[in-house]
Amino acid sequence: MAEFSIEPLAEDALLLRFGDGIDIATNARVHAAARAVRAAKLPGIIDVAPAYSTLLLRFDAFARPDKNGLDERPHARLAEILHALLRGANPKTLDPGLRREDDQENAVALREGARLVEIPVCYGGEYGPDLEAVAVHAGLSPDAVVARHAAGDYSVAMLGFAPGFPYLLGLDPALHAPRRTDPRTRVPAGSVAIGGAQTGIYPRELPGGWNLIGRTPLPLFDPRREPPALLAAGDRVRFRAIDVDGFARLAGRPA
Amino acid sequence: MTVEVVKPGLLTTLQDAGRAGFAHLGVGRAGAFDAPALRIANMLCGNPATACGLEITLLGPTLRLHADGWIAVTGAPLPVRIDGRDAPMWATLQVHAGATVALGAMRAGCRSYLAVRGGFDAVAVLGSRSTDVNARIGPFDGNPLHEGDELPVAKARGGAPARARTASTWRLDPDPWFDDGARKPLRLLPGSHLDRLEETSHNSLFSDQFEVRSDSNRVGLRLFGPRLGFSAPIEMVSEGSVPGLLQLPPSGQPIAFGPECPVSGGYPRLGQVAAVDIPRLAQLRPGDALRFEPMAFDDALAALRKRERALQQLQAAISNRLEWIDPIP
Repeated sequence: MAEFSIEPLAEDALLLRFGDGIDIATNARVHAAARAVRAAKLPGIIDVAPAYSTLLLRFDAFARPDKNGLDERPHARLAEILHALLRGANPKTLDPGLRREDDQENAVALREGARLVEIPVCYGGEYGPDLEAVAVHAGLSPDAVVARHAAGDYSVAMLGFAPGFPYLLGLDPALHAPRRTDPRTRVPAGSVAIGGAQTGIYPRELPGGWNLIGRTPLPLFDPRREPPALLAAGDRVRFRAIDVDGFARLAGRPA
Repeated sequence: MTVEVVKPGLLTTLQDAGRAGFAHLGVGRAGAFDAPALRIANMLCGNPATACGLEITLLGPTLRLHADGWIAVTGAPLPVRIDGRDAPMWATLQVHAGATVALGAMRAGCRSYLAVRGGFDAVAVLGSRSTDVNARIGPFDGNPLHEGDELPVAKARGGAPARARTASTWRLDPDPWFDDGARKPLRLLPGSHLDRLEETSHNSLFSDQFEVRSDSNRVGLRLFGPRLGFSAPIEMVSEGSVPGLLQLPPSGQPIAFGPECPVSGGYPRLGQVAAVDIPRLAQLRPGDALRFEPMAFDDALAALRKRERALQQLQAAISNRLEWIDPIP
């Protein structure tokens, strides 16, 4: 059984596919592969970008010049290297994280080794205009929705959509809520939101169709900061409920 | 030296070869949409291929140089006037301190490029001087140029061309480096979900005409044409995406991604515009018609290698012709 497949995306990009759903075990395999590819420091690799169940590799199509100064077969060459690296043809670089039978262990290992980031959130009110709607959909009280959301143990599956936007795994199934039928043209920066089975945080003002249940005062992305993104794919995340005063204090302005 | 923005034009941004290595943070590439055109403008100024220039959209800016300098304008054809006198595109132009460079409206195409000897010296953000308007990253916090902006120019290693006098009487043939996109179909590499189009949609994709919608930008060209559909609904989760991707949202109207596209997306992939045809995609303007034709992956790679060789030969020919004193490698 193939443990991953390789799809050519463009002249300078490949997609490694480890599955096609949203689950932590598949995502753990993606992150294990990303780590292995980064650690191997393959020449010409420009981007190693994990998603839920796939890993995007962008490379310099002209990195391995032939006598004409240009690489004749960049995809085939890279695919061979990746199969050797990730399937364990070379025992020294074998990453056990890529065997499907070890999925549960991978998921556990990923979470045990991961950094834990706590994110303060002011739920409801002006910061979470859709909390009520999510509560109605879930058949719970707004307080119960907040309690369940803040009790969750999440992990960052990927960053995408906009710089620093984390897609989080681990949302309590009771809180799954369909996207809004009328997406907002402006969702405020820091909004914590639920879209279907996913939860995430808008790093800056953006259009969006997810349900806004709260807001964090923490800046999620600043290109002048090192690292620019507050969260990285693979991180664990916990939310901590704060009140409006706490939000103002952390945001550095009077309530 | 600085260049003053007297009038910004419709949408003028600082761009270089683009951002690399930050896709895992959700940061895309940006960079010149018609990358070879900026590269050639840089060649004509003796700049490295990665130097920062201006990307100009439909209507050009008016600029004032505060010191003697050299510029070049490439890409879509538009009038270039230096202190009111017509000057050629695809040429190295000498501009004296205080002179006004006025770029007009494009007669065809959508994007032109202006390079200055030394390159614009904006502060690099995440390794690049490219403006990402959609992600709000880059010079001027990701904003296009405004009236009154002062653009610093880096000091070139070396001064004027040894053959300064002949330099300004010589120009490149824009063919094959400018193509307004309408003449030939855009070549499309097969995408993961192409085979899952229903038969009539598959036929339509490669036989019918599409039109570029007016809400197109550097994120993507939104196309209007026959409504395309899959034989069965495709459920997919967010996956990596790259400029040139042709995706099909539920509206049935495809979107061709540009340099400011998101790094991930959740719509099915019909195909990938061949890298050699992305400059032609960049030159399509709202209302333009386009068609697609299939291309095999190996042919796309061969075409890209051929173009790269041609650009390298052009670089050598231009360097030889201009002989900048202390040429930049």
